[in-house]
Amino acid sequence: MKPKSDIKLIDEHGKRLDGRKLHDLRKIKIEAGVLHRAEGSCYLEWGGNKVLAAVYGPREAVPKHTQNPLRAIVNARYNMAAFSVEDRKRPGPDRRSREISKVISEALEKVILTDKFPRASIDVNIEVLDAEAGTRCAGLTAAGVALADAGIPLKDIPVACAAGKIEGHVVLDLGKEEDNFGDADLPVAISPRTDEILLMQMDGHLTLKEFDEALDLAIKGCHVVSDIQKKAIMSKYESVLEAE
Amino acid sequence: MGEAKGSKAGHGTFIENGKIYSERLGILNKREEYINVIPLKGRYDPIEGDFVIGIVEEASASSWLVDINAPYPALLHVNEVSWDVEFGETEKFLKHGDSIMAKILQVDVAKKIQITLKDRNLYKIRGGHIIYVEPSKVPRIIGKKGSMIALLKKYTRCRIFVGQNGRIWIDGDEEGIEKVLQTIKIIEDESLSFGLTNRIEELLKKDAKDVR
Repeated sequence: MKPKSDIKLIDEHGKRLDGRKLHDLRKIKIEAGVLHRAEGSCYLEWGGNKVLAAVYGPREAVPKHTQNPLRAIVNARYNMAAFSVEDRKRPGPDRRSREISKVISEALEKVILTDKFPRASIDVNIEVLDAEAGTRCAGLTAAGVALADAGIPLKDIPVACAAGKIEGHVVLDLGKEEDNFGDADLPVAISPRTDEILLMQMDGHLTLKEFDEALDLAIKGCHVVSDIQKKAIMSKYESVLEAE
Repeated sequence: MGEAKGSKAGHGTFIENGKIYSERLGILNKREEYINVIPLKGRYDPIEGDFVIGIVEEASASSWLVDINAPYPALLHVNEVSWDVEFGETEKFLKHGDSIMAKILQVDVAKKIQITLKDRNLYKIRGGHIIYVEPSKVPRIIGKKGSMIALLKKYTRCRIFVGQNGRIWIDGDEEGIEKVLQTIKIIEDESLSFGLTNRIEELLKKDAKDVR
């Protein structure tokens, strides 16, 4: 399992390394529509994570054999920049980023009204510029905003947030040290309107009771992030809405 | 993504558990008992009968593939043009990169699009400028019953063709084109404000006096 460390992740006052309480999120900043080439885009900062998401399409899917005659396919591509981690990350897709691309594609497919665009593909590029634990949640959250910005018909704006366990306590939104030396990590993506789960993965061990607690906590966190998402989209289109 | 209850679901909306939800970013619009959402952004969604400006992508033996800014390329068959085209000689008439004004003939369930040149005033474009605006802003540029576009034509003496897909073709003298471009920019920026047509008329009138 994971290496044990002598870092104390929670101090005697119940505060975490970065001064947060057990159920606090890191600081989140979202900006919609930052790239002009893409149909929709989003820049997101989540603690030390910096993520850029761009949406292209709907456009005809190539190669042709990947087309679905009944609905659009969703291609999400998660990529980490070589300079995003402490050591240099070898560029290009690897086992980890391919897995994340796949699970994010499947999560987004559930909220996009894909049957409106038969034979098309909707391409979502997620670029991690700076990483500090929880990049898949940050990436998916950014992708949700970018999709809305692109004017793609959605059932809901997807949002993700992680919960986990450190030193026996269930906490929200793990930071870097907490992820590395903690006991468990549980990233969850939901559709905030219905609380349907779009993505859930787990690393480490939780008891059934802890799991339920962590899941509830992650969903609560998702709702907080969802409000920030909506504010970011609204603020971009504020001038238009005021004119109305 | 707003929520609404009651009424009937119109364009840009879907129903779940008896509630109406917006499926995309846009502005709420109530017309009689229907609730519509006018999108702010997004790709052009082709509708039969729309006039569009297309750019030829590819010429094959008996048809052309034309980019009309929709998610899919549109097919223009030789039977749908007014020239007499021999089999395999499509390139003589339209090549890659040529622009045409066309009408959407048919959109089927699989979103296969067919366009035609057999209608009034449809032809290959020679000269002039093509600019691009968001397809959702096109109705404002045309105005009520073409009032806005008529104004533009009247005061700038340009020939203008507005495609529903957001491409606009302008031809005339340089000054006129410059003025059309400026005005369209204003319309785009203030597309949702009230009494826009009147304000644009005043603006154009003032400029017209300066020129003479």
